[in-house]
Amino acid sequence: MPNRYGLITIAMTAVFAESAISAASAQTPNAEAAQAEISALREEMEDLRADYEARIEAMEARLKRAEEAAAIPPGAVAGPTPAPDTAAAAAPIGTPVAVAQIAQQAASVPANTYNPGISVVLNGGFAAYESNPDTARIPGFPLDEEAGLDPEGFSLGESEVVLNANIDHVLYGNLILAFDGEGDVGVEEAYIQTTKLPGGFTAKAGKLFSGIGYLNEKHSHYWDFIDAPLPYRAFLGVQYGDPGVQLRWIAPTDFYLEFGGEWFRGDSFPAAGAAKNGRGTAAGFVQTGGDIGASSSWLAKFSYLRARADERETPLGSLFTGTDSLGIVSGVFKWAPQGNPVRRNLIVNGEYFFGREKGEFDGTAINLNRSGWYAQGVYQFRPRWRIGARYASIGSEGAPIALLGSEIDDLGRSPNATSALLEYDTSEFGRFRLMYTLDDSDALSNNEFFARYTVTFGPHGAHRF
Amino acid sequence: MRKLMMAAAVALAALAAAPANAKLKVFACEPEWGALVQELGGELADIYTATSGLQDPHQVQARPSLIAKARAADIAVCTGAELEIAWMGLVQQQSANPKIQPGAPGYFEATAFVRLLDKPASFDRSQGDIHAYGNPHIQTDPRNILLVAKPLSERLATIDAANAAAYRTRYADFENRWNAALLKWQAVGAPLKGKPIAVQHKSWVYMIGWLGLNEVVALEPKPGIPASSGYLAQVIETLKAHPAKIVIRAAYEDPRSSEFIARRMSIEPVLLPFTVGGTKEAKDLFSLYDETLRLLSEGMGS
Repeated sequence: MPNRYGLITIAMTAVFAESAISAASAQTPNAEAAQAEISALREEMEDLRADYEARIEAMEARLKRAEEAAAIPPGAVAGPTPAPDTAAAAAPIGTPVAVAQIAQQAASVPANTYNPGISVVLNGGFAAYESNPDTARIPGFPLDEEAGLDPEGFSLGESEVVLNANIDHVLYGNLILAFDGEGDVGVEEAYIQTTKLPGGFTAKAGKLFSGIGYLNEKHSHYWDFIDAPLPYRAFLGVQYGDPGVQLRWIAPTDFYLEFGGEWFRGDSFPAAGAAKNGRGTAAGFVQTGGDIGASSSWLAKFSYLRARADERETPLGSLFTGTDSLGIVSGVFKWAPQGNPVRRNLIVNGEYFFGREKGEFDGTAINLNRSGWYAQGVYQFRPRWRIGARYASIGSEGAPIALLGSEIDDLGRSPNATSALLEYDTSEFGRFRLMYTLDDSDALSNNEFFARYTVTFGPHGAHRF
Repeated sequence: MRKLMMAAAVALAALAAAPANAKLKVFACEPEWGALVQELGGELADIYTATSGLQDPHQVQARPSLIAKARAADIAVCTGAELEIAWMGLVQQQSANPKIQPGAPGYFEATAFVRLLDKPASFDRSQGDIHAYGNPHIQTDPRNILLVAKPLSERLATIDAANAAAYRTRYADFENRWNAALLKWQAVGAPLKGKPIAVQHKSWVYMIGWLGLNEVVALEPKPGIPASSGYLAQVIETLKAHPAKIVIRAAYEDPRSSEFIARRMSIEPVLLPFTVGGTKEAKDLFSLYDETLRLLSEGMGS
C-alpha cells in the first residue's frame, strides 16, 4: 500500500529519471541507445504520473465525503451513523481525516465562547506543632479568628475558584470564591474594574483586598512563604479586604509612580461593625520602583490605613471600640541574571508596620503605640528549587494596669518568629513547600512544621511584581 | 499623610517639567519589533524595548519600569499569540493606558499577520508550555518580518497621521532593502537546505521552514519542560540513528543540555542570536539574519 514514503519515492524516482536523461543525452556516444532509454524513462514517468493523479482524485473524493459528513450538525445524527469508510482506515495520507476534523470544529461555534476565564487553586497540607495551636496567642495583640494557625495534622487549605472576564468595552469583572476545608464558601473578592478611564486612572468597586502593603493585595497562594508574616497576622488579621471602592492613578512620569485611595465598609479586622454608616475604613498608598541594570528591579511603597472598630470581638471574647491607624513602609528587591528568572533568582522584601490602637478595650481607655517588621529572602538556586528564610518581630506598648492579663497585655514580651523554607515546583503551576518556624511569640516558644502543596489550573492570570 | 502629599507634589512637579515630546512613543515587547519600528519610523519614533535579546520573552515580570513605560506609550508592538501571556496583560491593565489595551489601534500583535505553525490539536498543560494559537517565534524567518512590516507601517501611519506620508516612504524604502537582503540570504542559506539539526527548544520552526533545514530532535521532551537525564539518553539514541550536524539554542537558553549533547555526539553547539541583541553582532534586523546564517554555515562547516 503506498503511503507518504511511497509518494516521496515516486517524486525521487522522477528526479533521478530526469538526471538520468540529462546524463544520458550528454555522455552516451550512441545516440540511438540513449534515445531509446529516454523514451523508456519518459513512459515510466507518464505511468507514475497517471497513477499519482488517480490516487489524488480518489483522495479528493474521500475528502469531499468527509466534509459533507462533518457539515451535518452533531445533534442531527440520530440515526445509524454512516458505516466507517474502510478505505479511510488505510488511507494513503492522513489529510482527509484531519481536514474533516477541522471542518467539524469550524462548523459549530461553541456555546462557551463568551464564558469567563475559569481557574482553580487547590491547597492542602500537613502541620505539626510542639504546643497546641488552638491556644496559641500573640501577647499584646488581640487576634482575629482568621489569624490563627492551621489545624494540626492533615488539612485542606482554602480552595479557590476564580472567574474573570471583560464585562464590556470599558469594564472588567473578577469573582473569587474560597472554599474552606469544611466546605463553607466565602467571597474572597468580587469586584468590577474600569479598563478605559483616561488620564491613568483605574477605579475598582466591590469586595476587594486593599492595595496597602506588599502582600495584602496578593493572593495567599502566591506568597513565597506558606503563611503570612507576624505583622500581617497581628495588624491586619492576615489580609485586609472589605466591600468598598478603590481609585488608582499612575503619574505620567518616566519612572513608575502610582497613587491609590480606598474607602471601605469597615467590617473586617482591624475594622469592625461597619462604623460611620458603613464607611469605616479609609486607606491610601503611594509606590514607586524601577530597574537597576538588566538584572535587578525594585519597588518601594508607603501605605496608610485608618480603621474604625465598633465592638470588635475576638474569639476569646474581648471587645474593642475605637480607631486603629497603621502605616506600612515596604521595600522589594528582585534579582535574576539578565532578567531570566528560570534558572536562578532572588527575591528580598521587608516591611515596617507602625500603628496606634486608640479607644476602649474591655471598658478601659487605651492609646497604645505598636510596631512590627519582617524581612525575608527567597533564592532559587536551580530550576524549580527554592530556599528561603524569614524573620518577623512585633511589639506593643504596655497595657494599663486594669488590662493586665488581658489579650492586650504584652506580658513584657516582643513576639518574634523565624522561618525556613524549602520549595520544589513541578512547574509554575505546581508548588510543594516545606516550612519550619520557631515561633517565639507566646510565653512558651513553639516549634512548628508545615508541608503544603499549592496548585493552580485553568487560564491563570499573570502575577503582580 | 504628609509623605503622601509630598510625593504628590513631586509627581506634579515632574509632570510640569516634562518637555512636550512630539515623537511617537512606542513600547516594543521584543527587540525585533523595536528594531522594525526603528526601520519604519526612524526619527519619528521614541522606542522603548521591554525585553532584551538575552531575555526569555515568556518569562518576564510586570515590573514597575514596564508599567511606567506602557503608561506613556502611544502604541505597543508585541508578538502576541500568548508569547507575552505572563506579563503583558498585567502591564496593559496596570498601566491604565486606554491607547494600548487589547482591541485598541495602539495594540499591535505581529502574529496576527502571519500564518502560525505548530497549532496544538489539544490544549492540556500536561503537554507542557504550549501556545494555543501556534508557535509565536515568527521572527526566525525574515520573510515574516516583511509580512508584519506592511500592516505595522500602516498602523503607525494611522496613529501618527501627521507623519503618514513619511511612514509610507520609509516602508517603501525598507521593502526594497529587505527584498534585496532576502535574495542575498536565500543564496547564502541555499547550502543549508536539508541539513539535519537538533534544537534545544521548539522555537525555530519558521527558520527551519525558511532554510529547509531538517529538525531531527528537540532537547526538551515538551515545550518549556527541561530535559531529564533519561530524556537526554533518548535524544542520544535518536541522534545515533539520525545524526545531526549541529545543535542550536537561543542566547537566553541554559547552555547545559545542548553542550552535553554536543559533547556526547561530537557535533557543534551553535548559539544563535534569536533576536536583535541576542549576540553582539546582531545589532539590527539586517545583521540579525546575516549573523544567523553565518553562525549556521560555520557550524555546519566544522
